[in-house]
Amino acid sequence: MSDHEYTPSSKFGKWFNDRLPLLTLANHLTDYPTPKNLNYWWTFGGILTFCLITQIVTGLVLAMHYIAHADMAFSSVEHIMRDVNYGWLLRYVHANGASMFFLAVYIHIFRSLFYGSYKSPREIIWILGIIIYLLMMAAAFMGYVLPWGQMSFWGATVITNLFSAIPLVGESITTWLWGGYSVDNPTLTRFFTLHYLIPFLILGLVVLHIWALHVPGNNNPVGIDIKKPSKDTVPFHPYIVIKDAFALLMFCIVFALFVFYQPNILGHADNYIEADPLVTPAHIVPEWYLLPFYAILRSVPDKLMGVVAMLSAILILAALPWLDTSKVRSAVFRPLFRQFYWILVADVLILGYVGAMPAEGLYLLIARVATAYYFAHFLIILPVLGWKEKTTPLPLSITEPVLGGSPNLAAARSDEKIEKTIK
Amino acid sequence: MSKLKNIFFVLIFSVIVLNSSNSAEKSPPFLETKWTFKGLFGKFDRASLQRGYQVYTEVCASCHSMKYLTYRNLAEKGGPEFSEAEAKAIAASFEVTDGPDSTGEMFVRPAKLSDKFVMPYANEQEAKAANGGAYPPDMSVLVKARKGGADYIYSLLLGYSEPPEGVELDDGVYYNKYMYGNKIKMPAPLSDDLIEYSDGTKATAEQMSKDVTNFLMWSAEPHLEQRHKTGFRVIAYLIILTVLVYFTMKKIWSRVESKV
Repeated sequence: MSDHEYTPSSKFGKWFNDRLPLLTLANHLTDYPTPKNLNYWWTFGGILTFCLITQIVTGLVLAMHYIAHADMAFSSVEHIMRDVNYGWLLRYVHANGASMFFLAVYIHIFRSLFYGSYKSPREIIWILGIIIYLLMMAAAFMGYVLPWGQMSFWGATVITNLFSAIPLVGESITTWLWGGYSVDNPTLTRFFTLHYLIPFLILGLVVLHIWALHVPGNNNPVGIDIKKPSKDTVPFHPYIVIKDAFALLMFCIVFALFVFYQPNILGHADNYIEADPLVTPAHIVPEWYLLPFYAILRSVPDKLMGVVAMLSAILILAALPWLDTSKVRSAVFRPLFRQFYWILVADVLILGYVGAMPAEGLYLLIARVATAYYFAHFLIILPVLGWKEKTTPLPLSITEPVLGGSPNLAAARSDEKIEKTIK
Repeated sequence: MSKLKNIFFVLIFSVIVLNSSNSAEKSPPFLETKWTFKGLFGKFDRASLQRGYQVYTEVCASCHSMKYLTYRNLAEKGGPEFSEAEAKAIAASFEVTDGPDSTGEMFVRPAKLSDKFVMPYANEQEAKAANGGAYPPDMSVLVKARKGGADYIYSLLLGYSEPPEGVELDDGVYYNKYMYGNKIKMPAPLSDDLIEYSDGTKATAEQMSKDVTNFLMWSAEPHLEQRHKTGFRVIAYLIILTVLVYFTMKKIWSRVESKV
């Protein structure tokens, strides 16, 4: 938090701010001291906020035209695509927006993993992030059910059936979730309601996520604590604002390429067939962003244990700040961790790939090995690395990147300039 | 580190190879044809769409419905673009049940521009009963509902042949090398000179397949042309803005000596 007291210059501003300190908040947000060495991996926080707002705005308009009824949902989506003004654009932005949202969130999460952003004192930010991620998955899954295509229906059937694995009460819970004895109209209407609710819960959590971030301030690629404000920081506005804007525009170009030129490539063709409870598709697969967890689910032969493994794979992330015992945050100074990090990235990609393949033969074997490795990374490798790994020396500050290096004239000069800009 | 990266890429590569070789054994590559609707500025071939509608209405429509299409769509921009008079005439050649009228009776009248395409069967059960138990799928979004899209539909229409040795077919089942499982209940729908094109184009099976696939692509994506046009403008705008923001960013960050 910025420490200095802020006084608005105008009389009205002062009067208002004394009653509701919105101007103090605005001032805090503009002045917020940010490490000046943040790289482009740090721009995805802003990009994610953009994604959330895009989903809420497009979703709001879509909901005006969509009909949450088992007999009409599919045709109301076609109505949106054909007859609603720019309905095709709204729907394609919303559908591809979900994929872009997950693309951004995965980059955001893996950035944290690389630079150790989850470590003390940022554990709460991290855990809030995991809750947001869980809610995102719930929202995305329920959203995918709404068009009431074949994949919607059968995806919903597979996922809700997971709850029946719970001993004793499983069957009753599933019936309760469905609002009947199979996925049907009551399921669709409640999914629609929840799909509308969850983004606003996410929005609230995002506010907390950013609030919690503004207490210790940003981590940075070097991963060391820095004094704020200081020669190592720049004010959020205009420095970070313009950089985030640039990265966001690049992201939007990719987004637009999908929306306008390959709007259906990330979806599944079967979802353009209206849901039919009597015809099961050859392969039931979730959307690409859920595939790694789907692979973990299917790699365990027992249904209940499969569900437990899938949930643990996500929840284990919440324990990460305590599983990673290393005091050094950034992978830049952890040569061994860096290698295991890239193996983990490959492992998750492999899980995603086998998640899309039929669970048999070689694929199943690969899925099992990759699942075992995923858990080993968090439960064995990370705790042990913290003890065993010999880290390279940390710099004293961002402006002096190498400990004991010769005085950096360029950096020294920049310090003077930054002092000026802060004033 | 570099060794690890190599392993990483070898893994990715082998996964891709594994995948392509796996899918290769499932179905032969699709027949190749040039689609005008592909690419950055892709547009429909208007004449082909009109011929495609003729193929649909004279051949496919006896079994396949297109329930999301309205007769007015035939005259709309970006589609076959029949004149309004032509679209009205097309609509009027179909009969729909309307009502109830002021005496409470249902009545039959010629279809109007605002009516949905008339369906060949009253319901799914009737359609199945008339087609040996197989339901001819609705064709409104068929292109998007099949992996491979337009290429798949085009290939399937031309993919009929005698079954290879050892493949036994039941009565009313046909061999098609592009169909999932190679067995299809629809007999080869198109053959040379099956219909007579009103614009004089020679109605070969290839020509009809291409025209009707074009038509189905349009029916699945009626706003494709607008999408491509808007997309190009949006992306051009974004690129220009990105360049401007880039230089603005460079200028702002030149105040601090830190690279962006």
